[in-house]
Formats: sequence, C-alpha cells, structure tokens
Amino acid sequence: MNLAYIGITVLWLFAYGYLIIASIDFGAGFFSYYSMLTRKEHVVNRIIERYLSPVWEVTNVFLIFFIVGFIGFFPDTAYYYGTALLIPGSIALILLTIRGSFYAFANYGVRKNKIYMFLYGMTGLFIPASLSTGLTISEGGFITKEAGTVLFHPDRLFGSLYSWSVVFLAIVSILYISASFLTYYADRAHDFPARQQLRTYALAWSMPTILASLLVFWGLSMHNPTHFARALDYAWMFAASLVCFLGSLYLIWKQKKFGIAFLLVMFQFAFAFFGYGISHLPYLLYPYIHIRDALTHTSMGWALVAAFIAGLFLLVPAIVLLLRLFLFNAEYVKGGKEGK
Amino acid sequence: MDSVIWSRLLTTETLAFHIIFATIGVGVPVFISIAEGLGLLKKDPHYLLMARRWTRGFVITVAVGVVTGTCIGVMLSLLWPQFMQLAGNVISLPLFMETFAFFFEAIFLGIYLYTWDRFKKPIYHWLTSIPIIIGSTFSAVFITMVNSFMNTPAGFTIDKPSGKFTSIDPIAAMFNPATPTKVAHVVSSAYLASGFLLASIAAYFILRGRNHEYFKKALKLTMIAGFALSLLTILAGDFSGKFLAKYQPAKLAAMEWHFETKKEAPLIVGGILDKDTHEVKYSFKIPYGLSILGLGSPEGKITGLQDIPKDQWPPLFIHYTFDMKVTIGFYLAAIATLFLLLWWWKRGNEWHPWLMRGILLAGPLSFVAIELGWITAEVGRQPWIIQGIMRVQHAATSSNQVGLIFVLFTILYCLLAVICTTVLYRLFKGKGPEKELIERKWESDVEVVNS
Ligand code: HDD
Ligand code: HEM
Ligand code: HEM
Repeated sequence: MNLAYIGITVLWLFAYGYLIIASIDFGAGFFSYYSMLTRKEHVVNRIIERYLSPVWEVTNVFLIFFIVGFIGFFPDTAYYYGTALLIPGSIALILLTIRGSFYAFANYGVRKNKIYMFLYGMTGLFIPASLSTGLTISEGGFITKEAGTVLFHPDRLFGSLYSWSVVFLAIVSILYISASFLTYYADRAHDFPARQQLRTYALAWSMPTILASLLVFWGLSMHNPTHFARALDYAWMFAASLVCFLGSLYLIWKQKKFGIAFLLVMFQFAFAFFGYGISHLPYLLYPYIHIRDALTHTSMGWALVAAFIAGLFLLVPAIVLLLRLFLFNAEYVKGGKEGK
Repeated sequence: MDSVIWSRLLTTETLAFHIIFATIGVGVPVFISIAEGLGLLKKDPHYLLMARRWTRGFVITVAVGVVTGTCIGVMLSLLWPQFMQLAGNVISLPLFMETFAFFFEAIFLGIYLYTWDRFKKPIYHWLTSIPIIIGSTFSAVFITMVNSFMNTPAGFTIDKPSGKFTSIDPIAAMFNPATPTKVAHVVSSAYLASGFLLASIAAYFILRGRNHEYFKKALKLTMIAGFALSLLTILAGDFSGKFLAKYQPAKLAAMEWHFETKKEAPLIVGGILDKDTHEVKYSFKIPYGLSILGLGSPEGKITGLQDIPKDQWPPLFIHYTFDMKVTIGFYLAAIATLFLLLWWWKRGNEWHPWLMRGILLAGPLSFVAIELGWITAEVGRQPWIIQGIMRVQHAATSSNQVGLIFVLFTILYCLLAVICTTVLYRLFKGKGPEKELIERKWESDVEVVNS
C-alpha cells in the first residue's frame, strides 16, 4: 500500500471513531435535556452521566487528531479548506467551545443549571450539522478557484438539496447511535426503566436514519454523479450496512442482546462510512485536490506513520484500562463505586 | 482594516486566552500529584484533601483549556492557510505527537477523577496522576517545538524557483536551535505560575483570618516549589537571552533598544525612546548587563538594530513588556526567598499580613509575566511568521470576513471568562476545607477548635 492510502486510512479510522463516540456524546446531551423538559430526568440522566463524565475529553481529542493528522499528511488541504471554511469552521468551533465548557460547568460545578443544560443539549445537534458541511464541500461545486484565489460560495451550499440531506442524516444518525448505545448501557446497569425509555428513543430514530441515508444517495446522484457511480461499485458495502441495520433493529425490537445490537449499529455505520470514503477517493476535494498531489514529503509521511504506531502502543493499553474501569466494570456501571 | 490585521488580532486574542488555561493545565497536575503523594507518604489528610480540592478546580479550567486549544488548532489553518500549507510539510510531526500527548492525558484524567476511592491500594490512584503530568507537559513541549520552528526554522532546504521546501528532516525541524531554551523556559514558567497561583489562594485565606493548618501546609508546599522554580525560570530566561543573541539578534536588540553594534553593552531598564535620534532618556542602565545576558561576558559584542534592515525591525514596544516580565520574575524569586527565610529564622513571622499580601499579588503577576513573555517573543519575531522565510502578511487568509469572526470570538471568550470564574467561585464558596475535613470524618470538631 502506498503512503497516501495508509495516511487516509488511518485518518478515516479516527474520523469513524469520532463519529461513533461523538454521536453517543451529542445524542446523550440532547436526551438529557429532552428528558429534563419532559420531567423524566430521574429515569435516564444518571445513566448518561455515569458514562459521559469520564470520557468527554477523550471525544474531543479524536476530532483534533483527525484535523491535525489531515493537515500533517496533506498540507495542501490546509490551504483550500482553510480559506473556504472560515465561516462554517468558526461556527463549529464556537459551538464546540460552548458545548465542552458548559458540559464541565454543568457537571463539575455545583449545581445543575437549566441554561447550561440547554446549551449543552442543543449544541450537540448543531455541531454535527456544521461539521458535516466539511464533507459536503469536499464533493466539489462549493469552492472555486479563480485567478489564483480560492472562493467559497455559501449561497450554493445553503441552496443545495444534497447539503441539507447530509445535515439531516448527521442529526438523525447521532440520535440513533446514541440511543442504541445508551440502551445497552442501561441494560448493563440493570436500570430497566431507563432501558425502556432509551429503547423507545432508539426505535423512534431508526426509520428516519434509513430515510435520511436514501435521501443522501439521491442527493449525491444529482450533485456529483461521478462519485455516485463509484459508490455503486461498492454497493456491497452499503448493502452490508443495511443488513446490519436490520439486525440491530430486530434485536432492539425483541429486547434481546443489546450489546450485539449496538455492535451491529457500529458495523452499519462502519460499512456506510468506509464505503463513502473509498468511493470518494482519489479526490480529497473534488476536483482540486487529488490525494497523490496533496501528500506531504515522504520523510514526513513516514515519520507520521511511525509516530502513529508508537502512539498506539501507548494509547491502546490506556484505552483498555479506561474501558475496563468504566464501561465493562459492572459495579461502576450499576453505580456502586465512585468518589469525587 | 484588512484580513492580516484581523487575523493577527484573533490569533493573539485566542492564544492569550488559551495560554492562561494551558499554563494551569501544565502546572497544576504537578502540584496535585505532589500533594497526594505527600498525603499518602505522611498519612496526612490535609494533603489528601488539598489534592482533591485542587483537582476539583482544575477540571473546570482544563475544560476551558481544551476548548480554546481546539480553537487555536483549527484556527491556525483557517487564518494562516499559506503558513500551514508550507510549514505543515516540516512541522506537523510535533503537532501530531501533541495530540497523542493530549490523548494520554485525557484518558488518565478521566480515570483520576473518578477513581478516588476505587483502588484497594491508594497508591494506584496516585500512580494515575503521573501520566497526566507526562501528557500535559509533553503537549507543552511539542507545541513549543512548533513555535521554536517559527523562530529558527530548520530541517529542510528551499527550492529557489518554486519556494517549496525540499529534503525534509522532521527530527531536525523539531530539534531546531530555539527548542532547548524555549522548552525549558516555557515548562519551568508554567510550573512556576501554577505554584504561585495556588500559593496566592492559600495566602488569601490566611489573610482572611483562616488559620487552619491546611492553608499553612499549602503555602509552605507551594513556596518551597515556587522558590526552586523561580530560580530555574530565571536561569532558563538567561539562556533564552543567549540564544537570541546568537540566532535572533533583531529580537534581542529591539527588546533592549540597542542600536549600535558594540562590546560592553549596557542593559537598559525602562526609559523613554526618542524615535528619531534613538536616544533613551530616564532609563536605568546596568553596565555590561546586555553583554552578560547575551553572551555571558562583559566583553561580548551585541548586534545593534542599525545593522539590521529597517523593514525587519520588530516593534520597539517589546522593551517594556520584556522589562516588566523580568521585574516580575525577580519579584517572584524575592518573595519566595523572603518567606523561606522567615520560616527558617525562628523569630521571624512568615505569616505576616504584608507578606501574605505580597504572595496574594504574586499569583496574578506570574500570569501577567507569562502573557508578557509571549508578547515579547511573538511580537519580537515580527515581521516574520517564519523567521527569514515567510512574512506575516503573506501568510494570512484572503477572506474578508475575519472581522466578524473576531467579534464573535471576543464575545465568546468574555462569556467564558465570566462564567468560568463564577462557576469556580460557587464551587468553593462556603465549602472551606475545615468543613470538608469534618464531613469526611478525617478530622473531628475538637481538633479544629484547637488548631
Ligand atoms: C512566569 C513567567 C516568566 C518569568 C518569571 C520569566 N519568563 Fe521569560 N518568558 C516566559 C515566561 C517567564 C514565557 C512565557 O514562557 C516565554 C515566552 C516565549 C517563551 O519561549 O517563553 C518567555 C520568553 C523569554 C525570552 C524570549 C525567548 C525567545 O523569544 O526565544 C527571554 C530572552 C526571556 N524570556 C528571558 C527571561 C529572563 C531573563 C527572566 C528573568 C527574570 C525571565 N525571562 C523570567
Ligand atoms: C507555542 C506555539 C505557538 C504558535 C505555533 C504560535 C503561532 C502564532 C501565529 C501563527 C501568529 C500570527 C502571526 C504573527 O502575527 O506573527 C502568532 C502571533 C502571536 N502569538 Fe503566537 N504562537 C504560539 C504561542 C503563543 C502563545 C502561547 C502566546 C501567548 C500569549 C502567543 C502570542 C502571540 C501574539 C501576541 C501574537 C501576535 C503578534 C503580533 O501582534 O504581531 N503565541 N503566533
Ligand atoms: C506554549 C503554549 C501552549 C501550551 C503550554 C499549551 C498547553 C495546553 C494544555 C495543557 C492544554 C489542555 C489539554 C488538556 O488538559 O487536555 C491545551 C489544549 C490544547 N492546545 Fe494548547 N498549549 C499551548 C499553545 C497551543 C497552540 C499554539 C496550539 C495550536 C496549535 C495549541 C493547541 C491545543 C489544542 C488543539 C488543545 C485541545 C486538545 C484537546 O482536545 O484535548 N495549544 N494546550
């Protein structure tokens, strides 16, 4: 495999990691706010807090990792995307800032505050919406290069059906991923009322997720037919995604094996996300940045790969420890051990 | 105003805000770890509680550090796309490694926060503080390497016609000439400022008449550390001066209003500059001072601004920011020394209210010093974004909407500053350590009355 493809694979893996754990986080924020409004917070909030409190910072690092790595491997993207994404990027940053800090203020501070909870809950829906525009823009048509300067056309972005379908997909997927994970977590905690409640959320968001994916396909076929045609070459991946979806839906419906159900959800998104990614190549920004032209110098590229491997030796044990202490520790999940 | 000015303002504002929380993020874990370690070693609940209370405040500030850091990380590409495109080829390795350091820290911080009473042996909990220190200190080391590269770029050659970097050596870029002194000074000053911040909180309560042993132990601990760290920081600062004399003479000359290249150069403190004649009035001169700072000997020959093309002169106001910082540096060393002397001297009263006031002031001052130090270093690099290679105005985004973004972020930072302070205030208000020791049954009421 050549360097450019190793690089993009690593980065895409991290983007996928972010997709899953950030979705859990974003959705959880929304559900806790929603359940506060509907006065059901006593049912689900404890579950959500126990999972989220130790891991929120880790979530953020996934995003940073992706961005820094992307610019490291493909410095030219900094130029194009940097120039084009000033406004959407800044808006995403402001939302991320509000969310991260208000999470800490609400949870590590003294008391719950409705406004903090609101900001924390709602930003979780808007962040993915604004981040997903990055993917939309990469399809081309929203950035043009004229007389040596890069121009961004927000009017086209706001007027595009494809762009809105991606936003819609981002929001509903988040709620679906999050609800199916939290159902599993509540099940492990033997918190049955919470499980029931979260299971309803999962079921409620399953159909919109599929609908939104179809809409995105349709939008893509009109917006970037080349990419769509390539996606059809990988149709089996999208079919596998659908099968996983049906499997997870069945299990959640039948209230069986919530762990497997969540794994299937992860596979559903993995297939779709990687299918999307592979068919997107060789362009990082259609039609301006071709993956091979954008690659950094080989010495730097290999240095990054080496750093990445060394880093994994450090991180994987640490993450395993984190998961064993918090996610797979039955006593912690049930609420036995703590201490602040 | 054009996009260059706005981009500079926004970068400055974000960095100046981030650096406060970053400094706390680098330094405070060290003190938390020392306190918990001492508590376990001496079986002293006061130190254990100190570690818990410091941690509780720390997580709030870390959160702000993380989000503002995320902002800079992304903004570097949004505001300086040409810079990132060029420098990204050479310097992305330490940036990338920094994210690993964060990762490491974030994971163990999560563990540390939620496992106070979970391990059978408390020492295991203390052990999880070590990776936090490693993670945060290394993130400072890596990011400082990036900044060093901007000052003394290394590890590549330039292809003349295209202006592109070729034959890249990422390791040489990381260990560029500025790295050793910068890293040493940045890390030691972060520890120093955090120590004085914690000391200043303890001094505040002692001034308010709270005389529980807890506060005294906190102050003694932070003052011992503060003393050692202030000497280290001054030493590292002195090395930074020597580095500048060799590699960035324009910056040093601007910092010192040194116009004529000469030997036996005096160090000018304060004063007012006549812009046309370059005469300095009302200043305090330390004979041979600059030669010693720059080259370690009174004979040293220091390059003056006259030997540097005028369009490459940095703004001359950094003379004041530098002088103020050095003054603060000596103030910090002096006050810590005074405290230790009075403590050591049996008849001295190290809890004298005036000394407490001095220490109370030292906390905020040490953060002012950090800001001033960065302003000196960054403005002193002007007009370059990468010294000698790329000028700031060629690096900025061409977008004309940066002004709007600047306004939005200004509002955001103001809000964050206010809310963060209120949250911290509420967290500790009316919940003194005295009360908490009793609640935790680590100390009975009787003891408190007696102490
Ligand atoms: C508590 C903070 C603090 C204190 C007390 C000092 N410094 Fe400092 N100084 C910094 C915090 C700092 C800093 C924030 O960490 C800087 C900014 C950029 C850098 O590399 O470190 C810095 C930069 C900096 C530079 C510029 C380095 C460069 O641009 O490469 C010099 C020459 C000095 N310092 C010298 C000193 C001296 C002689 C001090 C003696 C008292 C001193 N500093 C105390
Ligand atoms: C450690 C890594 C750092 C990097 C990579 C970095 C990068 C930059 C960049 C890209 C600019 C804009 C170009 C310019 O105006 O020269 C800049 C300017 C500036 N930075 Fe840094 N910076 C770093 C650290 C800091 C810190 C921690 C501060 C703390 C306050 C700081 C203060 C400033 C200031 C004041 C300016 C504006 C200079 C001016 O007014 O022209 N920098 N820096
Ligand atoms: C020398 C000056 C700086 C120091 C000492 C420093 C240190 C820190 C620290 C301690 C944190 C908190 C991380 C945590 O607790 O997890 C942080 C966050 C962060 N900083 Fe800075 N920083 C500096 C300047 C910069 C600059 C110039 C950049 C931009 C490239 C930057 C990028 C970041 C990012 C992306 C984060 C958030 C990481 C996360 O998501 O956990 N920092 N920094």
